[in-house]
Amino acid sequence: MTPTTECPDESAATMGRTGVSVLWFLVLGCLFGIILVKSEVVSWFRIQEMFRFQSFHMYGVIASAIATAALSIMLLRLTGTRTLTGEAISVPPKQLGRGYRYWIGGTLFGVGWALTGACPGPLVALTASGFSVYAVAVLSALAGTWLYGYLRPKLPHY
Amino acid sequence: MFDVIARPWPWYVAGPLIGLFVPALLLLGNRQFGISSNLRHLCAAVVPRNVAFFRYDWKSSGLWNLAFLAGVFAGGFIGGRLLGTGDVAITPGTKAMLTQLGIHDFSGLAPREIFIWANLLTLRGAISIVGGGLLVGFGTAYAGGCTSGHAISGLAALDRASLVAVLGFFAGGLLCTYVILPLLF
Repeated sequence: MTPTTECPDESAATMGRTGVSVLWFLVLGCLFGIILVKSEVVSWFRIQEMFRFQSFHMYGVIASAIATAALSIMLLRLTGTRTLTGEAISVPPKQLGRGYRYWIGGTLFGVGWALTGACPGPLVALTASGFSVYAVAVLSALAGTWLYGYLRPKLPHY
Repeated sequence: MFDVIARPWPWYVAGPLIGLFVPALLLLGNRQFGISSNLRHLCAAVVPRNVAFFRYDWKSSGLWNLAFLAGVFAGGFIGGRLLGTGDVAITPGTKAMLTQLGIHDFSGLAPREIFIWANLLTLRGAISIVGGGLLVGFGTAYAGGCTSGHAISGLAALDRASLVAVLGFFAGGLLCTYVILPLLF
């Protein structure tokens, strides 16, 4: 690894800022992990219940999370609030195009979500929560992302 | 007090708390809440090879998020082992359907008939854990986000692309639940 070399990728220019201490993110992530486990969002059983439309629990979690986030974004926009370090806050829109990547990628992800009973955050939280075999699912997910990166030039994106 | 925290949290507590991560990360430095970018960052950090998708400065764009992910791991440990998890009180209807599929152990967060090391090399263990993991990683990279990035961050920002992705998540989940699982179990 050569940490000092400059990378021309545009994401580095837009995202590589000196911000608040990385420790903040560690603490927030920790809270997120606790919430995921304590609300049973990480449970294969809860995911099955959701896909069988037999409980409101998961829908309640997701819908109230979206509503809270949407309201927060609206408030941040209305008040013109800046980040703690004084930068402007922006939520860049994604390019839909014909939506191929969202349809196909989303559906493949959905099959994986139902099979493992977990999305990426829960996979990691589960590994630490007592179901250590989920570490294999995390490694498989890394392999899947790598495979996507490798095949990316050949896949339809619009 | 501890008793209240140790018990499973209802949706109306967990949901709004999860939603607050979006403004918290925006305020902390205009960061977009989303877990799956970390899979890309880790690939970029460990095995970028000559793949263009992984050749970027993962440290400057992703170090904060990798720290967040490390926190999720720690939180999983605290939530699962220190605060303790009981059995998941799923509805009797789901329990009956899963029993029909051959699931009999309803203790803990996931069925031990699949998610223990001893069952990793069984057909349903391998497909659920290895196959499921692969699809999660491939699909989320292809779709450019997972439940946190698309369903929560994206839908909260009224992003149409995220809506399409979330519809895809559910299409895939339903396909798996009603077609693949009955064949697999």
